[in-house]
Amino acid sequence: MQSSAVNSSNNKETTRSITFAEAVREALSQEMREDQDVFILGEDIGVYGGAFGVTRGMIEEFGPERVRNTPISEAAITGAAIGSALTGMKPVVELQFSDFITIAMDQLVNQAAKLRYMYGGKGNVPMVLRTPSGSGTGAAAQHSQSLEAWVAHVPGLKVVQPSTASDAKGLLKAAIADPNPVIFYEHKLLYKTQEHVPEEAYTIPLGEADVKREGTDVTIVATAVMVHKALEAAEKLAEEGIDVEVIDPRTLVPLDEKTIVDSVKKTGRVIVVHEAVKRGGYGGEIASMIAESEAFDYLDAPVRRLGALPIPVPYNPALEKAMVPQMDDIMQAARDSVHRR
Amino acid sequence: MTQADWMWEEPKEKLVDWLEQMWTVRWFDEKVDEFFAKGMIHGTTHLCVGQEASAVGVCAMLEDKDKITSTHRGHGHCIAKGADPDRMMAELFGRETGYCKGKGGSMHIADVEKGNLGANGIVGGGIPLAVGAALTSKMRQEGYITVCFFGDGAANEGSFHEAVNLAAIWDLPVIFVCENNQYGMSGPVKDMVKIENIADRASGYGIPGHVVDGNNLPEVMTVMKEAVEYTRNGSGPVLIEAKTYRWKGHSKSDAKKYRTREEEKEWKDKDPIRFFQDALIERGIITEEEADTVKKDTKARIERSVEFAEQSPEPSADTLLEDVYA
Ligand SMILES: Cc1ncc(C[n+]2csc(CCOP(=O)(O)OP(=O)(O)O)c2C)c(N)n1
Ligand SMILES: [Mg+2]
Repeated sequence: MQSSAVNSSNNKETTRSITFAEAVREALSQEMREDQDVFILGEDIGVYGGAFGVTRGMIEEFGPERVRNTPISEAAITGAAIGSALTGMKPVVELQFSDFITIAMDQLVNQAAKLRYMYGGKGNVPMVLRTPSGSGTGAAAQHSQSLEAWVAHVPGLKVVQPSTASDAKGLLKAAIADPNPVIFYEHKLLYKTQEHVPEEAYTIPLGEADVKREGTDVTIVATAVMVHKALEAAEKLAEEGIDVEVIDPRTLVPLDEKTIVDSVKKTGRVIVVHEAVKRGGYGGEIASMIAESEAFDYLDAPVRRLGALPIPVPYNPALEKAMVPQMDDIMQAARDSVHRR
Repeated sequence: MTQADWMWEEPKEKLVDWLEQMWTVRWFDEKVDEFFAKGMIHGTTHLCVGQEASAVGVCAMLEDKDKITSTHRGHGHCIAKGADPDRMMAELFGRETGYCKGKGGSMHIADVEKGNLGANGIVGGGIPLAVGAALTSKMRQEGYITVCFFGDGAANEGSFHEAVNLAAIWDLPVIFVCENNQYGMSGPVKDMVKIENIADRASGYGIPGHVVDGNNLPEVMTVMKEAVEYTRNGSGPVLIEAKTYRWKGHSKSDAKKYRTREEEKEWKDKDPIRFFQDALIERGIITEEEADTVKKDTKARIERSVEFAEQSPEPSADTLLEDVYA
């Protein structure tokens, strides 16, 4: 069993390293310099620089017309972005916490997602809604959720969930260029993670998964922070002689089914892991996609899913941690899969 | 005689109690601030230092059976509605003895027995809930009224408009109290609202609206007293806007780049606690020494809350799945 860590762009000595938050800002700024129609709007994105500092310095460069600091009115902000997109602009909304998407949901689900189809293929909605998600910060039940499966369920919305700074930069450029509404999740625990990110603008197409680590024994399909936990688990499992392949779909909609199916055909074993509540989570979609695919005949063990317990996110740090899959859970699932327990 | 003169006729114990409550709120939040600065508490918090008079003045005019809905900046409301600071502090420490068994934290403290239906992490999230609580009171003729606290920022949420209109057309016993502390996070109210007073919106819903100096306890109480009478006798909702200022940053980390230190100083000169304390001393109701004792005792009270919290157990992992359903 061999393992080869694949992270080709990580040549730290010679290359510039920036954080996830900086990568998002760089993508936004580059697009805004290129295209006058691109603008950003959201709560506290001006001098405050956004709740997580992503837009810091942008109002100084682009001014208040293109960095629009809004009242606390999620439905109106999102709806106005959709309306401006429909009429030619390319807005990028920052929704302060992804939990507040509930307030913007009518505009996203009943308006943005459907306008083009309902109008018989006329008009499009080139808007992006960026929003921080996930637990681990002690912000409790109303500021820690991972509701990506809700939007992924709705035809007409694209859903992006990057796990690294360099992916975030390239995917955001693709999301802004896309003529459709895109929900772009940024996990709060990733904002400060740092890696090499090319300075020039580049695109990572929506719908291309990334094999974050090649392996032969078991495939782990993981999203957002779980990609990092899966990679850590993979390193440890290598010591036990289990060679793990880690796949990050990067976009849930569209989903790169081929990369996942090919991997499972190779390894014969698969674990799907996300931070969102397991019940009704997107992992169920990925698992059944695998079961319905030609990979079925190659499976040597049942498809396994890991996700959060079906509870609101608790405040107490130990409880908060206990709610979501940890590295040890991933390791155990991999062992169980390999040894078919 | 100014309008607020009625209150100086109140028994000394009551007046001192109000002063004590304001100090308790102040010390509680100062302590929490200290703990967050030291990284001793998980998550985030929103402090109401500088806004004590609106929390205390509003709740002081309520009866025990009355209810409130609170906000993310809710420690003051909670204490003023009669909560035990020990259990509040324990909640911030994430302990089992906390009001939410350690599952809620600063933004979700609820003290249902005392009529506090809870703080809220969603801006504007509590406004429709308050209307619902008022609806229960009306339908079951329970005679209680509900006070709905919210911020200037929350007044721009759709939930505010929908809820106030609903309460107005159904003549529900609810008092909407907007604590206008001049900012919604970094958003200055003067940029986010096109009118001078949020209370002016009341006329758009056909209900009375009042603006009050939120740092002046006697004035807050006077306006509130009238509103309570009006609402309790079935006349319907009232909107009160208390103009005030938060001394601290919005939450745990805030460089406060959106306002000046001079502006902060101007407002600190209008300290609601000092204002009331000086008035009590000037009127000969309490002595300087008595005022000092109140200040010291309330501070010591909060120290005891910290001890209680520190000595309380962590919630056991078995409680993880509890309370999702009844
Ligand atoms: C629906 C929603 N939008 C945004 C936020 C983030 N947020 C929390 S408090 C706050 C400012 C609220 O301002 P205001 O209502 O004036 O209350 P204050 O903080 O001044 O007490 C914001 C933007 C939130 N918690 N909920
Ligand atoms: Mg405010």
